[in-house]
Amino acid sequence: MAVSNIWVLAQVVDDEPTSGSLELVSKAASLGDGVTAFVLGSVGGGAGALGAHGATKIYETGDLGGNLPGVAGAAAIKAVIDGGDSPDLIMFPQNYEGRDVMSRLSVKLDRTVLTNNTDISVDDGAVKVTTPVFGGTKLVTTTFTGEGPHLAAFRPKSFPIEASGVDDGGAAPEVTQAGVPDLGDIGAAKITASHVEEHSGPKLDEANVVVAGGRGLGEAGKYEMIEDLAKLLKAAPGASRAIVDAGWVPYSYQVGQTGKVVKPTVYLAAGISGATQHMVGMKGSKNIIAVNKDEEAPILGVADLGIVGDVHKVLPKLIEALRSR
Amino acid sequence: MNVIVCVKQIPDPALPGELDPSTNTLKRSGKLILDESDSYGVEMALQLVDKAGGGEVSLVSMAPNNEVSGLRTALAMGAAKAVLVSDPELRGTDALTSAKVLAAAAQRLGEFDLIIAGTESSDGYTGTVPEQMAEVLGLPSVTFAKSVTVDGETLKVDRQTEAGYDEVTCTLPAVVSVTAGVVEPRYPSFKGIMAAKSKPLEEVTVSDLGVTPVGWSGAGQEIVDVADAPEREAGEIVTDEGEAHLKIVEFLEKLKIL
Repeated sequence: MAVSNIWVLAQVVDDEPTSGSLELVSKAASLGDGVTAFVLGSVGGGAGALGAHGATKIYETGDLGGNLPGVAGAAAIKAVIDGGDSPDLIMFPQNYEGRDVMSRLSVKLDRTVLTNNTDISVDDGAVKVTTPVFGGTKLVTTTFTGEGPHLAAFRPKSFPIEASGVDDGGAAPEVTQAGVPDLGDIGAAKITASHVEEHSGPKLDEANVVVAGGRGLGEAGKYEMIEDLAKLLKAAPGASRAIVDAGWVPYSYQVGQTGKVVKPTVYLAAGISGATQHMVGMKGSKNIIAVNKDEEAPILGVADLGIVGDVHKVLPKLIEALRSR
Repeated sequence: MNVIVCVKQIPDPALPGELDPSTNTLKRSGKLILDESDSYGVEMALQLVDKAGGGEVSLVSMAPNNEVSGLRTALAMGAAKAVLVSDPELRGTDALTSAKVLAAAAQRLGEFDLIIAGTESSDGYTGTVPEQMAEVLGLPSVTFAKSVTVDGETLKVDRQTEAGYDEVTCTLPAVVSVTAGVVEPRYPSFKGIMAAKSKPLEEVTVSDLGVTPVGWSGAGQEIVDVADAPEREAGEIVTDEGEAHLKIVEFLEKLKIL
């Protein structure tokens, strides 16, 4: 089976495609000729950027009408497929929206899903995806065996964002409406209010330096050290899942499997042991500094500079030294 | 109020994971334990039933080799009964088939108001099964719940989002996936552990549930390669004797961060 019709589930915020959407569109464009961006919501001014990175066609659902993205997005995609435009492969971002849309869609299409991937290749019509397992120490490559559409989700930052190189005179791709059909009983969940949790400093997934804290800080109040240090280094403060679950900091701070994937120039981990869940979110950092009192902590195994020591002693001195500069 | 909780029994995450060389899937041959991320769902369900003033918590699980120790833990926490789908045919089952099997097992338990699951298991972490079950059962769903309350027939959930959280309302029955930290799971009491031994635990096969195909033939996917990932080279390890912070300063200077 030739893989020629590839779709990407894309998201557009304030007229700009998210970086994750551009990563997937860029990669899709390198695999096949026709890339369709299926936008959850309205594409607005984002059509040009999607086109410049390789999208040749765009569907948009428009306003989701208070429905959750999973159920609404899957129904909208299914309606287009039923209408005759059937993709060979749909690439999803491994985030809340992507995961829910692909789950619902997999049942509607009766197709398997392959999640948490970091790479994809098309080899003689066979689609192969690669997933890191055991904290990223092994890479498992899996191929789809059945009929398409194949459904695969990719972790953020798996692919570089690249311009398509095709000169189309700057024309944005054609946009086709793909509204959410009547959902019936499965559409009973409605969003009644949305809340934004503020995150101080630069954006976690875009910062050049990230300073993250974990359970080793001992108590919620000690997270202040991480924030102080982050300010001094113009860094984004981050956190392990353990202290997000414990309620010390909001979820928007979480680095890891179920949080943000970061690849900064420097990642400083303080009081983080390095559970698999955390490591997959930061192992791609260019330089890693870790401070942990347990010399057996897995995080020290991936650190370029590992300090075996008490964060309550090392961090205050580091903050002091940086302040006096 | 009747609540069904999906629980997975997994190899102890404290032990190093291993792949079966003949099938390249995770070895699940040793003793299995209750996935910690499911203990939040069990606790949530117990609290909701308690607040509703009646009803019970039931469990559904699937495992290829009749394993029940994780289910007994959840029964010891206070769940009333369990259905275990245990069948050698389940080996190699993908997430979609798992969702079909668990949905059929849930229906076997009779009328329910709510199905609760974790957001993802700690061993396979596909993270799609709760939403797939909802679609199989034709039910609404709210994923990534960080707070769950039930007010009469209405479910109210704070659902985590990339930017913060959404307040969501939904009618029952519904499926909810909960994040770790939604509640603090209780430890089973001695009395609970003793009581769990005699609680109803029904074992059924896939053919009892009428779900086909399962296992390798139903998976729609095949592992073609397993390779070692490129290792990060180990760096310099320094034991702090009062001056280690200077090492960090030096390191940051070298990278021109300072």
